[in-house]
Amino acid sequence: MNVVVCVKQVPDTTAEKRLDANLRLDRASVDNIINPFDEYAIEEGLRLQEAHGGEVTLLCMGTESAQETLRKGLAMGADRGVLVTDPALAGSDAWATSYVLAQALKRMSYDVILCGMQTTDSGTAQVPGGVAEFLGLPQLTWANKVEISDGKATIQRQSDAGYDVVEAPLPVVISVIKGINEPRYPSLKGIMQARRKELQIWSLGDLGISQGMVGVLGAKTKVLGYSRPAPRAKGQLIQENSQAAATMIADFLAQAKVL
Amino acid sequence: MYRLTDEQRMLQAVVRELAQEKIAPRAAEIDDKAEYPWDIKELLVRQDLLALPFPEKYGGTGSDLVTFYLVVEEIARVCASSSLIVAVQALGSFPILIAGTETQKQRYFPNLASGDWLAAFALTEPGAGSDAAAMKTRAVLDGDHYILNGSKCFITNAGIAQVYSVFAMTDPSKGVKGISAFIVDADSPGFRLGKIEHKMGIRGSQTGELVFDNCIVPAGNLLGNEGDGFKIAMMTLDKSRPGVGAQAVGIAQGALDYAARYAKERIQFGAPIASLQAIQFMLADMAMQVEAARCLVYEAAARVDAGEKGITMSSAMAKCFAGDVAMRVTTDALQVLGGWGNFEIRISQFEI
Repeated sequence: MNVVVCVKQVPDTTAEKRLDANLRLDRASVDNIINPFDEYAIEEGLRLQEAHGGEVTLLCMGTESAQETLRKGLAMGADRGVLVTDPALAGSDAWATSYVLAQALKRMSYDVILCGMQTTDSGTAQVPGGVAEFLGLPQLTWANKVEISDGKATIQRQSDAGYDVVEAPLPVVISVIKGINEPRYPSLKGIMQARRKELQIWSLGDLGISQGMVGVLGAKTKVLGYSRPAPRAKGQLIQENSQAAATMIADFLAQAKVL
Repeated sequence: MYRLTDEQRMLQAVVRELAQEKIAPRAAEIDDKAEYPWDIKELLVRQDLLALPFPEKYGGTGSDLVTFYLVVEEIARVCASSSLIVAVQALGSFPILIAGTETQKQRYFPNLASGDWLAAFALTEPGAGSDAAAMKTRAVLDGDHYILNGSKCFITNAGIAQVYSVFAMTDPSKGVKGISAFIVDADSPGFRLGKIEHKMGIRGSQTGELVFDNCIVPAGNLLGNEGDGFKIAMMTLDKSRPGVGAQAVGIAQGALDYAARYAKERIQFGAPIASLQAIQFMLADMAMQVEAARCLVYEAAARVDAGEKGITMSSAMAKCFAGDVAMRVTTDALQVLGGWGNFEIRISQFEI
């Protein structure tokens, strides 16, 4: 069974992010890491491989520097990597990203396509669904458990109230949530092997995609402006004895319609 | 000048993350209880970090010293005791790497590289610290084996290791040239663990005495020739001193991290104390010293890796300077913490 894991390079979550004059994320001035959600997807892919055999391939759309991100995934144990990179991709929105990944996937072998549920930079969570649509595949999103048997995938889909059990026939796109597993740390031998693993670089030309479909030209969404989130209001401090405090907290929760 | 490769940077980042997430939360407890952290040892084994010094053909990673000491530094940054698990595996194995025969390497390296066995280095005696010629432990050839008598002290991994590189006099009339090196298995007849030391720091790493009471060691476990021991020991120390330096850099960096974080959080006179120039000067001085020590350590390691001659001096300078920096920086870190420093177990644990 072959698995393709979609991964993205994002700014370090602890870095202060800035937007450039075009209101696009300034990626050059910060340290970049693998999207933390994607680490869970890679781990899940490796576990599927351990259980069912086959290959795990990483697919990434990004700048040349995203090779580092792919190398880390290869160090975790993925077999090979594909980076789609092209200057014309700059400014691509979720629609274009989904389209490009789908076009790349058409040239790859997969039974399961795994994605992190969202990225920590733009955070739309739209790409897994977009990829499934472009490929005409079923999508199972927000999985906190994945099982593959008899040609179908069954997941526990996390919801506010608990989880739903959802299934779909293979091939399928699955997005996983944080906490579905504990991503492994690359071992030293894994890091050493990663250097020798195949990492292909594909351009838009290789995928037969015209420049007008992607990047700023092809974007269906436009960022008009931005503002910082309002600072969090100060919490209310309760300094009473435990009985009185409990009553006040209960009243507060009832008022907020939590209880 | 040393420069890190992409691979070394990735390893450094991975070990930093591993140390922060898995080792740091255990550090205070390890120090408190003064127990060897077997769980951390298993974690390091899983990550291949005990395989570092061994050639690939024996199951190791054949890593150079710069790579190796990056790992030691990152672990020491959160837990000095845990960093010794990695460092001493090499210290105890370097004599075999330097002077071992193919048969000896085949017998010991696969089990050491896999972490199934641990190693130790036994040179020091109560009356023979720097003065190796004063060594009292004797080895006498008797047919197909040597008989060892005497004792060694301050041995890291005493009672924990399966494999000991032991130095003993085969010809006391020749001074240091009468010293020979042996590989001693933990289960050798007449070999036992003596007193376990109670230490002020690095308490999760076991340090103790080794006793040789008519200990029988096969003649095939002699390293090199009789009389090569001192040379083997000195070559081992040339390679391992920057590792002690890396450990010291890690300890100092960890203390600096802690002090800097505290200074940003501690509010006095309505602002974090990090906004006070007196504190800023201290933190800047600490950072400068740590970085200078780091440069010396990796420069020395890179020289050893490059096979340069005359590495003893740079190796010794790196160890000495980094050790002194660790002492000063941990003391300064305590000062930044003010009165709380007296109660902060994490800082005192950094002290060597």
